[in-house]
Amino acid sequence: MSGEAVLLRGRGRPEHATLKGYLAAGGYEGWKKALTAGPDAVVKEVMDSELRGRGGAGFPTARKWSFVPKDHPGPRYLVCNADESEPGTFKDRELMEVDPHQLVEGVAIAAYAIRANTAYIYIRGEFVRWARILEEAIAEARGAGLLGKDALGSGFDLDVWVHRGAGAYICGEETALIESLEGKRGFPRLKPPFPAVVGVFGKPTVVNNVETLACVPHIMTRGAHWFASIGRPRNTGPKLYCISGLVERPGVYELPLGVTFRELIYEHAGGVRGGRALKAFFPGGTSAPIMTAAEVDTKADFDACAEAGTMLGSAGVIVLDEGVDIVEAAANVAHFYAHESCGQCTPCREGSDWCVDILDRVAAGHGRAGDPEALLRICKFSSGGMTICPLGDAFALPISSIVTKFRGEFDRRIAAAAALPQKKLPVLPWAGPRPGFGS
Amino acid sequence: MTPRPIAAAPAESLESVAFDAALSARIDEMLARYPTRRAAILPVLWLCQERFGWISPGVMRAVAERLGESPAFVEGIVTFYTMFYTSPPARYVLQVCTTLSCAVCGGRELVEHLKRRLGIGFGERTADGSFQLIGVQCLGACGGAPVVQINDDYYENLDAARLDAVLGELEGSR
Repeated sequence: MSGEAVLLRGRGRPEHATLKGYLAAGGYEGWKKALTAGPDAVVKEVMDSELRGRGGAGFPTARKWSFVPKDHPGPRYLVCNADESEPGTFKDRELMEVDPHQLVEGVAIAAYAIRANTAYIYIRGEFVRWARILEEAIAEARGAGLLGKDALGSGFDLDVWVHRGAGAYICGEETALIESLEGKRGFPRLKPPFPAVVGVFGKPTVVNNVETLACVPHIMTRGAHWFASIGRPRNTGPKLYCISGLVERPGVYELPLGVTFRELIYEHAGGVRGGRALKAFFPGGTSAPIMTAAEVDTKADFDACAEAGTMLGSAGVIVLDEGVDIVEAAANVAHFYAHESCGQCTPCREGSDWCVDILDRVAAGHGRAGDPEALLRICKFSSGGMTICPLGDAFALPISSIVTKFRGEFDRRIAAAAALPQKKLPVLPWAGPRPGFGS
Repeated sequence: MTPRPIAAAPAESLESVAFDAALSARIDEMLARYPTRRAAILPVLWLCQERFGWISPGVMRAVAERLGESPAFVEGIVTFYTMFYTSPPARYVLQVCTTLSCAVCGGRELVEHLKRRLGIGFGERTADGSFQLIGVQCLGACGGAPVVQINDDYYENLDAARLDAVLGELEGSR
């Protein structure tokens, strides 16, 4: 199926982004089918397709939907997570650009499946252009009677609104997103209760990623069996892979789940830039533990990545070649999470800053004996359930994986520093804005 | 395509702010989308930043009054999120991505070039108020690294020459 574009079938066809073009390609047929079949039949179809969430966690989508209490009186909400912010991830932006109606249709079907009459698409604040594209698509669909009161004469009412964030990585975490949507700071909530029971405005809420929802219309029109026939069991369907960093042809590639990282990097992305050797790659955004060149034959799916001790995450593959200084790369990653930690939990807030201090010191040639151990210790106490949300793990796991897999480079840097005349660069408590790289 | 310049209101005019009928109507539209007034705070702040150029303490007070929140609550929101300007921005705000994919694909060199060309560092603006430079985290466009956002627009696959051409165009458009 690698030849057939499903999610990206609108690529290179500007008319597909309009309602007219989308309808001509069979668009909104899934929505019509859903309204005829009823919400429970939609949940069953998606359950049978084995669709797993594309936002990072890989949780079965229909199972998430089924957690919404059926007998709950009053409103419930469907929220689309378009806060795409994980470093290395840029697939949702492309989906919104080339096929906005595919997303709107997916939002509509998912909202119907959980019986929600209001849906919000929470999009990152920087995506001004893509928020506008979505708003136009929603207005078109509403104008054609596909959304709004009594959608398609079904008796089902559905309002869809675009809600722009304002610059905060943490709002991609679903409970932080919910807080932000309520008009508060994006501080993640303790779970349980889970959003399916107590979500936005205290009501049952499902939060699904853009790509997840974009799969739903195709499952409705072509059937669960067709979807499940792509990929391998438990890892089904087409998947968007984002490849960036030092490759010849960076970009978004739509391929069946289960393609190997070698195929992704060498066949699809044209190999490492300039024919240089592969050193390492992040398989699913920088929150995923790093993989070395020796692991390049791993399958790029949920279960194979988990077996390899990492995760598919958002499928944001960042490729680093032999020329990349791995200590500096680790410092760069640490800077990201230190900046984006919301500050609620001590291990994450302090731990990410301490990692920045130590990694900057080692990268600058002032590393000290014991620094790698200190990094591993900090990472250990920031991950594995020590924080309200997974941001603690998100910085700790990649950094500890880099230190572990490239320990030799850290040790050489530190040994070289020890041979120099003593230079004291104390680790100071963090107070105020810290300079980014290159400042 | 060139980005729309930010027409920032002078600081002294934003000490006390009143919403005119048009802006007020837009705020009402936003309020109708949510079951609580508080939930409209980000959309309302966006409308205000679009109108006034930045979120002054006077704007915060006006928003607080409109939404039934305290000014302190509004300030807490404005300062938590990174995209609200709490001082008047330059006409063109250059947000340069410093995260990994951009950094390894020429982003570092681009930052050095920009700093040299504009004679300013991160967080600073040129003396004539034309350009402001901000180092930001991942913009979500890693396939087009290195990436710079100028006001609302993304510029991708940049190098020094391409960026110079864009800046030259913006300088000439004054």
